[in-house]
Amino acid sequence: MMGLSLSRMMAVLTKEFTQLVRDRLTYAMIIGIPIVQLLLFGYAINTDPKHLPTAVLVQDQGQFSRSILGSLQNSEYFRIVHVARSPAEMDKLIERGAVQFAITIPGDFTRRVVRRDKPQILVEADASDPAATGSAVAALSSLPIEGLKHDLKGPLASAAPGPQPFEVVIQRRYNPENITSYNIVPGLVATILTMTLVMMTSLAMTRETERGTMETLLSTPLRPIEVMVGKLTPFVVVGIIQAALIISMARILFGVPMAGGWAALILGLFLFIVGSLALGFLVSTVARNQLQAMQMSFFYFLPSILLSGFLFPFRGMPEWAQWLGTILPVTHMLRVVRGAMLKGVGLAEAAPSLGALALFVVIVAGLAVKQYRTTLD
Amino acid sequence: MTLAIDVEGLSKSFGTFKAVDNISLQIEQGHITGFLGPNGSGKTTSLRMLCGLLTPDTGHGQVLGLEFPREAEAIKRQTGYMTQRFSLYEDLTIEENLTFIARVYRLAHVQDSVDQTLERLGLTKRRKQLAGQLSGGWKQRLALAAAVMHDPKLLLLDEPTAGVDPQARRDFWDRIHGLADEGMTVLVSTHYMDEAERCHEIAYIFNGHLIARGTADQVIAESRLVTFEAEGPRADRLARELAARPGVEMAAPFGEALHVSGTDRAALEAAIQSYRREPYRWTEVQPTLEDVFINLMRVHAPAEVKAA
Repeated sequence: MMGLSLSRMMAVLTKEFTQLVRDRLTYAMIIGIPIVQLLLFGYAINTDPKHLPTAVLVQDQGQFSRSILGSLQNSEYFRIVHVARSPAEMDKLIERGAVQFAITIPGDFTRRVVRRDKPQILVEADASDPAATGSAVAALSSLPIEGLKHDLKGPLASAAPGPQPFEVVIQRRYNPENITSYNIVPGLVATILTMTLVMMTSLAMTRETERGTMETLLSTPLRPIEVMVGKLTPFVVVGIIQAALIISMARILFGVPMAGGWAALILGLFLFIVGSLALGFLVSTVARNQLQAMQMSFFYFLPSILLSGFLFPFRGMPEWAQWLGTILPVTHMLRVVRGAMLKGVGLAEAAPSLGALALFVVIVAGLAVKQYRTTLD
Repeated sequence: MTLAIDVEGLSKSFGTFKAVDNISLQIEQGHITGFLGPNGSGKTTSLRMLCGLLTPDTGHGQVLGLEFPREAEAIKRQTGYMTQRFSLYEDLTIEENLTFIARVYRLAHVQDSVDQTLERLGLTKRRKQLAGQLSGGWKQRLALAAAVMHDPKLLLLDEPTAGVDPQARRDFWDRIHGLADEGMTVLVSTHYMDEAERCHEIAYIFNGHLIARGTADQVIAESRLVTFEAEGPRADRLARELAARPGVEMAAPFGEALHVSGTDRAALEAAIQSYRREPYRWTEVQPTLEDVFINLMRVHAPAEVKAA
C-alpha cells in the first residue's frame, strides 16, 4: 500500500476551496418529501407536552402531601420518575436534564395547612426550554384546590374557602425570564451546521460523479482518504466560522448568557462537525446525482429541526418520536449547546450527549469509508 | 519487441450484460493502436479496466511490466487516461486545472510544468480563463495535455476527437504520433475510419468480442472481402436491386458510385454479370476499412439481428 501524501491532499483541498468560492447553489424543491414530512410531523409535534419527568422531595409524611402528589399525577402534566432524598439530589437531577421539574414539599406542610399557615410548595422548573414547561406551570396554579378539596372537610372545612390554603412557589431555573431566544438561538448552531455541512459535502462529492470529474480523480494516484480529507477540510473551516459567528451573535445581539461550559461546547461542536461531514460523505456514496443528494439531505434536515427539540419540546413528543429524535445527532448537540451556555454544564454532565455524538461519528464515518468506491464499478 | 500490454481473458459484466467477453490484447511499446467498434461494443469498458477504473471479472497478464490487475495502482501512476467526456473542472481556470493535476501526480516542479504545458498549448495568455468556456477543440487539447503531464508510458484515449473540427483532429493526431515516437504506447478508441488508418494497428471489438486485429491492410486482407465498384450515371440507384441477389453481401452507394462486396468471388461476379453493360463501368477495387467493418458486424451479429 502506498503511503499517504500530504501534498496530494493539499491539491484536492486547494481545488475544493477554489470551487467552493466560485460555486452558486441552486435549490430544487420536490413534492414528495414535503408530503412525507408533513404527515410525520403533523402527528409528532405537540406544543402542550404532558407527562414531563418530575422529581419529588417529600419531607412531610402527612395526608395532604400524598393528595398533592396524587393530583400532580392526575393532571397528566407530571410524571414522577424520581423520589429524591435530599435537595442536593434534586439539584443534580435537574442539572443533568433527567427531570424537567423538581417539586419539594416541606416537612411541616400538613401541619401548616391545618394551622391555615399558608405553607409553600417549591416547584423548580428547567426553563431552558420554556415551551416545555409553560403549560405545566400554568396547570400548577389550579392544582392545590383540586388536590385538597376532598381532604378539607369536616372540622378542616374552614380552611377550604380561602382562595389558596397554601402557596406554590415556582422557580424557573437557567432561563428565569422565560426568554425564548435563549432556547432557540443556541439551537441554531446545531441546525445551521447540519444544513450547511451535510448538504454541501454531499453536493460537492456527487458533483464530481455527475460532471464526470470523478473519473479523472479515480484515474490519478489519489487515495480515497486523501480525497476525503481534502474535500472535507474546507467544510470544517466553514463549520467553525459559522459556529463562531452564531455564538458571537447569540452573545452580542440576543444577550444569551454563557454559563461557562466551554469544554463541553467545543468538544461537542468538533464531534458534531465531523459527524455531519461524514454523513454528507455517506450520502454522496449513495446518491447518483446532486438532486438525489439534495433530497436525502432535506429528508435528514427536517426531522433534525422538528424532532430534535430545536423548535418543539422534545418531551412533548410521543415516545416513538422521541426515540427517532434520539438517533439524530442534532438532538444531542442541542443538549450540549444549551447545557453549556445556559447551565454551564461540564464535561461530566454532558457526557451522555457527547458520547452519543462520538458514537454517531464512529458509525457514520465507518459506513462512509466502507461505501466509498475507488473504482467506477 | 517489448509488449506494453499483454493481457488475456479480459471480461466484465454489468448485471446480466456482458460488456467485455474474454478479450486478449497484445500491444507493442511505442505503437498506436486504434480501438474500433460500434457504440456499446465494450471499448470504454476495456479502456477503463486497463487503467484501473473498473475491476475486471476475469483476465490477467502484464501492463507496463506490472502484474495486471493486481498492481492496478502502480499501473495507474504510469498511465494517462483521457475520458470520452471532458472531465476536468469547468469551474476552475485552465491554469488551476493543470496545477491540480501536476500536484496530484506530485511533479517535482509544479509551476514549471504548468508553464511549459501552457506554452506548448499556446494558452499562456488564456491561463486565467475558466475551462468550461473553452470550445470543444480547445477542451480536447487541454484534456490531452493534462493526461500526458506526468509523462506516462501508456496513454489511453477514449474517443478523443468526437465533435472536434478536422484541423484540430489533424493537429491532435500529429501530437499523438509525436508522443508515440518518444516511446509512449497509445490505445485510442474512435469511430472515424481515417483515424483508424492513422494507427499502426487496429483492434475491432463487437458485442464485447475482439473480432479483428492487425494493421489496416492485414485486416482488409483477412476479411477476404471482394469489392467491385460500379460507375456511371446514378449507379448508386442499383444498390437495393443488387443487395437482394445471392452472393452480394453488401451494396453501398458512394456518391454516384456503388460498392458491391461479398466474400465469395464467383458468386459475386455472377450476381453482377447482368449489370456489366453500358452505361455502367465496373472495376475491382480494394475494400475500404468501413466495408470490412460493416461486413464484420453483419457476419458476427446475433441471429435475431440478422433476421430483422
